[in-house]
Amino acid sequence: MYQWVSLLSLWAIPVTIAFVLLYGWQKQVPVYETFVDGAKGGLTTTIRILPHLIAMMVAVSMFRESGALDLLLRALKPLLDLLHFPEELVPLALLRPLTGTGSLAIATDLIAQYGPDSFLGRLAATMQGSTDTTLYVLTVYFGAVGIRNSAYALKVGLWSDLAGVIFSLLIVSYIFA
Amino acid sequence: MLNVIWLGLIVISIVVAAITGRMEAINAAAFEGAKTGVTVCLGLLSVLAFWMGLMRIAEKSGLLELLARVLSPIIQVLFPDVPKGHPAMGYILSNMSANLLGLGNAATPMGLKAMEELQKLNPDKQNASPAMCTLLAINTASITIIPTTMIAIRMQYGSVNPVEIVGTTLLSSFAATIVALLIDRMYRYRHIRRHR
Repeated sequence: MYQWVSLLSLWAIPVTIAFVLLYGWQKQVPVYETFVDGAKGGLTTTIRILPHLIAMMVAVSMFRESGALDLLLRALKPLLDLLHFPEELVPLALLRPLTGTGSLAIATDLIAQYGPDSFLGRLAATMQGSTDTTLYVLTVYFGAVGIRNSAYALKVGLWSDLAGVIFSLLIVSYIFA
Repeated sequence: MLNVIWLGLIVISIVVAAITGRMEAINAAAFEGAKTGVTVCLGLLSVLAFWMGLMRIAEKSGLLELLARVLSPIIQVLFPDVPKGHPAMGYILSNMSANLLGLGNAATPMGLKAMEELQKLNPDKQNASPAMCTLLAINTASITIIPTTMIAIRMQYGSVNPVEIVGTTLLSSFAATIVALLIDRMYRYRHIRRHR
């Protein structure tokens, strides 16, 4: 199964590229000029996103380095103990919506410390894989089109992160118990 | 909401740093964070430019429109306010399939093109429309078939079976996506009712 899936992921991009180019060629689209024209759009989009990302990265980085994140973790600990949530995984669950690289570092550290085939190692890997950095996605997607008010999108993103964390715990406990 | 979060993160950081005596650390952190923002953007630039170039060909050749027409019944359910055959649908679909295949770096440019198209349909350019929120919900909870990074890290630390988390990740992200879509629906109705 995995071999089939990894083969698919290996072939997906080259086949997509070839298919799009050949389809365009066959429809008499000047493929090179069209590609260059479209790629220019990538530049303007990046420039539009840049200020939003800088703002968000500064805030997240300051929050982490000031020790505020540790305080938040400590404050939430009693609640999580009550829910029988493994305390080693708390930093990962809390950091996941804020920073992708930060939470990846924590997940890697957990796997290194407890072993990839331990309960905590499997849970960390599943949790990291099944949620996304909501704040980053929101910043990039809405920043690119100049949305100021994100309406209820952030709430939906954070609730779904929480759901991802809970489902990871339930499913890993059930399957690897 | 974003205003409050951003302000809160920075003000709380400064207050906590003042109490714990970490002023120097957050001074460095502020500029380190800004640098990370630029680095991430540079990484995005290469990927964005490449995929947007390719997407333009798909758009000009009518491939995207074809895709949107064939699969519009599915997307119509998720995005009831996007007109049938609108280019946004083709981009949304490309974004969803790239996410599904775990091709994160291809998913973002397609999602951004979808956002641009949704912005054209949006009557209020400053506020996110319900369709934009749904697209975001799909992207933050996205179903992952192959969590490539985690498999690689498990391999690196000598796991007996590095891929055994594929199933748990798939199940858990699938469940999270369903929850995200349900919560999105709930907020959407509330939002529409309030703005009528």
